[in-house]
Amino acid sequence: MKDRLIDIKNLVKHFDISGGLLEQLAVSKGRIIRKQTVVRAVNDVSLFVNPGETLSVVGESGCGKSTLARTLLGLYQPDGGEIYYRGDRIDGLTQKEMLPYRAKMQMIFQDPYASLNPRMTVQQTLEEPVVFHNPSISGSEVKDRVAGVMQQVGVDPAWTDRYPHEFSGGQRQRISIARALMVDPEFVVADEPVSALDVSVQAQILNLLMDAQEQRGLTYLFITHDLSVVRHISSRVAVMYLGRVCELAPTTNLFESPGHPYTRALLSAIPDLYDRRHKYIKLKGEVPTPIDLPSGCVFHGRCPYADGRCSREIPALNHQGKAVYVACHAVEEGRI
Amino acid sequence: MGHLLEVKDLEVKFALRMGDLTAINGVSFTLDRGERLGLVGESGAGKSVTGFAIINLISKPGYISGGTVIFDGRDLTGLTGEGMRHIRGNLISMIFQDPMMTLNPVLTIGTQMVETLQAHMNISRKAAEKIALEKLRMVQIPSPEKRLQQYPHEFSGGMRQRIVVAIALLADPALIIADEPTTALDVTIQAEIMELLLELCESEGTGLILITHDLAVVSQVTQKIAVMYAGKVVEAGLTEDIIDNPLHPYTQGLIKALPDGRNPGTRLNQIPGVMPSLIDIPPGCSFHPRCTIRGDICRYESPVLREIPGYRNMAACHMLGLKKEPTEKDRAE
Amino acid sequence: MKQWERFKNSYFLHSFKHDWVAIVCFVVLLILILLSILAPVIAPHNPYDTASTDIMNAEMPPSWMEDGNPDFVLGTDIQGRDLLSTMLYGLRLSVMIGCGAVALQAIIGIFIGMISGYMGGKVDAFLMRIADVQLSFSTLMVAIMISAIFQVAFGVGRYEQLAVPLLVLIIGLAEWPQYARTVRASVLGERNKEYVEAARVIGLSPARIRWRHILPNTMSPVLVISTIQVANAVMSEAALSFLGLGMPITKPSLGSLINSGFEYIFSGSWWITLFPGILLVVFVLVINLLGDWLRDVLNPKLYKG
Ligand SMILES: Nc1ncnc2c1ncn2[C@@H]1O[C@H](COP(=O)(O)OP(=O)(O)OP(=O)(O)O)[C@@H](O)[C@H]1O
Ligand SMILES: Nc1ncnc2c1ncn2[C@@H]1O[C@H](COP(=O)(O)OP(=O)(O)OP(=O)(O)O)[C@@H](O)[C@H]1O
Ligand code: SF4
Ligand SMILES: [Mg+2]
Ligand SMILES: [Mg+2]
Repeated sequence: MKDRLIDIKNLVKHFDISGGLLEQLAVSKGRIIRKQTVVRAVNDVSLFVNPGETLSVVGESGCGKSTLARTLLGLYQPDGGEIYYRGDRIDGLTQKEMLPYRAKMQMIFQDPYASLNPRMTVQQTLEEPVVFHNPSISGSEVKDRVAGVMQQVGVDPAWTDRYPHEFSGGQRQRISIARALMVDPEFVVADEPVSALDVSVQAQILNLLMDAQEQRGLTYLFITHDLSVVRHISSRVAVMYLGRVCELAPTTNLFESPGHPYTRALLSAIPDLYDRRHKYIKLKGEVPTPIDLPSGCVFHGRCPYADGRCSREIPALNHQGKAVYVACHAVEEGRI
Repeated sequence: MGHLLEVKDLEVKFALRMGDLTAINGVSFTLDRGERLGLVGESGAGKSVTGFAIINLISKPGYISGGTVIFDGRDLTGLTGEGMRHIRGNLISMIFQDPMMTLNPVLTIGTQMVETLQAHMNISRKAAEKIALEKLRMVQIPSPEKRLQQYPHEFSGGMRQRIVVAIALLADPALIIADEPTTALDVTIQAEIMELLLELCESEGTGLILITHDLAVVSQVTQKIAVMYAGKVVEAGLTEDIIDNPLHPYTQGLIKALPDGRNPGTRLNQIPGVMPSLIDIPPGCSFHPRCTIRGDICRYESPVLREIPGYRNMAACHMLGLKKEPTEKDRAE
Repeated sequence: MKQWERFKNSYFLHSFKHDWVAIVCFVVLLILILLSILAPVIAPHNPYDTASTDIMNAEMPPSWMEDGNPDFVLGTDIQGRDLLSTMLYGLRLSVMIGCGAVALQAIIGIFIGMISGYMGGKVDAFLMRIADVQLSFSTLMVAIMISAIFQVAFGVGRYEQLAVPLLVLIIGLAEWPQYARTVRASVLGERNKEYVEAARVIGLSPARIRWRHILPNTMSPVLVISTIQVANAVMSEAALSFLGLGMPITKPSLGSLINSGFEYIFSGSWWITLFPGILLVVFVLVINLLGDWLRDVLNPKLYKG
């Protein structure tokens, strides 16, 4: 498995949101008990990313996409599982041991208004990562590099002395991308990089990301809930539901023959400009909360194909051939 | 009988410190009974302001500085106080992006629905509750009797938006204005709410103005579309015409900029630049700095929305319908 | 130069120029501060020079009144010192103590607030309980305790020389929790913003993220409360002095001056209390008005970018 850039095995991340001891106390059947509230944001997720590809992670709001990305980058400590970068285990490393990987893995964020420090000029924002990772670099070299990267992302290098509020949302997102590119990363996690942008600007940023990938041989983990964007830019897709991966497949396979019942419903709900008033698969019930996960398959309460086994046994992510993996009993049993 | 709604040259300004800012500038469209219109455009194009202006709900420092809104034969722009409240409660309802703008977090759903009804109609609590139940059933809320006793926070986002739709339907309005009703929701829930709105409008004969930035969503629901850019309607027409044969360069660019899954991995068509801020709208056609077919005239004369010979759409563009197609020299300009 | 250009076009200056209350307050404050700094130069007499004061001049009314002496424009106090000069020196002391105490509060408060907000969890809970305990002691109790400790340590005799640093210490220690809470609240707001996560993805150390990235972004509210805290500190000092716990009458601040005149107010010498009182009120008022204006300007809801 050395040829995988990122390999995630059985990753678990829970958040304890019970608050202080006093807030945890509750009365049940006349007795005071201590009640802990845990958000099970990511449960037993296994994924891999091949070098040079774009793996998209899709799913509804709150299904754990951002948590997965942040845990992968070491912003959260995982509660279980393993993360490998080119075969080296990188979870649980200290700040210092992590440094060499920091320059290789970068992140682009969703909110163009929050992702740049409002008190730093573009120049300061862009040179900080370079100087930090190469303390011996000369001043003029840094300047050249900043100018070069700004040119690449399409922001006039004459504007380096400006503050973020002087730029539009799209331009800020370019600067955000520039910051990620400054350290010459191999792997970039983009967490909904175009969700906050207007359509005409979204196309500009997607083009920029695709160009940067081509020129620099980048690998992307692309998080989004916009399935038309997914279809356009990714080579493979991981569909998440309630903290679990329910399907992992090459983009064309996924869109042409979705396996998992949830994927089918999700794809059918995309409004299509040229297929007006098409029928979509209606799901019953509500999305459960990650605080109270259902037993068995997390999707069984809404699934049209659920049976007794689904409510008892958690389906494993099984290989279905041709790089397609599906976590569903019905698919495994050949019922659908 | 005329149109249900006729908006003509509507203009809204905001009196700001730096001077007046024209948020919408001469917006016109019509809507017939039971007809559904989509108002599309990017952020800041003036969609919400148009929606609010129709029901005369522009708050200070904004004001309607020109134009008329004829609803059912009456001009709403001059209407204030009781008259306007009657219209808002009984004839036109509004649905917002955030359901909590409509719902009061400290009152049960039942109380809110009953009070809304009693404010506009002289009916008993029992009768009001019956109507409320009926509307909750219409929006497919399971076990509505129980739900009436619950508070907004006990519902999921999608359910809340359904309840807002139910409240909007309470007085059987002739027109619903929905401002980005599903932007905060997931696609599966969006599809449900949109289908619901569509079915209700069809079965009840209610008019709908659907405000959104998502062309694909609009294309599923409405018969007509008006595309807005920098405070103006730049193209208007039937949904299929706008989507399949857009005329205005902005609409064309917008549709081509959408990844549609046909050519994965290729560069997307991008419109250069960004929509100008309303403080410094360029002279002439406000789209001209980003336009690929602009001619000289676009730089100093503002185009009006007009019929384009040979097409069904109306568009506000100088270069459309000219005898000769714009030459290479014009393009190089 | 660029900074200056930027400032000239800023919203900050723009709104200042369009708000006459802010302009008036700023001018008055500037004059008062200049007066206090230049007191030794411009005051007609030196109130600390016991040789030049004459007890025979005590309680002279302002010069425009019947028994007034043109030498003492605003009259004299009970020790025969020129009231105007004493007020200028008193203002100087009040400003010094106010600013010093606020600086101390800010240093302690920002440090604790930053650690508390960034670390969260147990550290946060512990530090914030300390702040609560500190706040539940009034400034007066802190003053009494510290004065007592001081007198045991140094003896009563040296009080006069050390009164200023002592008051700075007392007021500084008593009111740092205001800063700690403000800073903590804005750190909590900033900590999860994406630019902080970006800094962590780069690999910067937590200390660097705290001081270089988060701190500058918490400065707006700190600036706002600083103005109000200076006014509060000046008032606290006046209150302590009024109760006899502050500046000794040989080196009076505005508060001790008001106090010293208070006993004589009914015997007709109203000016000893009234003029320092007016000065104090004007000083505190302009600072508070400026603080209000600043808060409005820096309010991110009203101010985009
Ligand atoms: N720091 C945190 N503390 C507590 N709970 C958290 C935290 N971060 C995320 N969560 C919870 O974990 C779950 C997954 O959140 P996450 O942000 O990963 O979802 P997401 O898929 O990125 O959703 P979205 O599309 O809305 O960004 C949510 O229920 C969220 O409330
Ligand atoms: N209260 C207000 N004060 C000043 N300007 C306003 C106000 N409300 C709206 N505007 C201006 O009017 C313009 C149009 O705003 P509007 O909310 O209609 O945009 P929109 O098309 O609905 O965009 P979005 O998709 O972001 O909702 C904006 O540029 C905005 O600056
Ligand atoms: S495992 Fe069962 S419940 Fe889950 S998706 Fe498959 S069929 Fe549906
Ligand atoms: Mg997210
Ligand atoms: Mg809007």
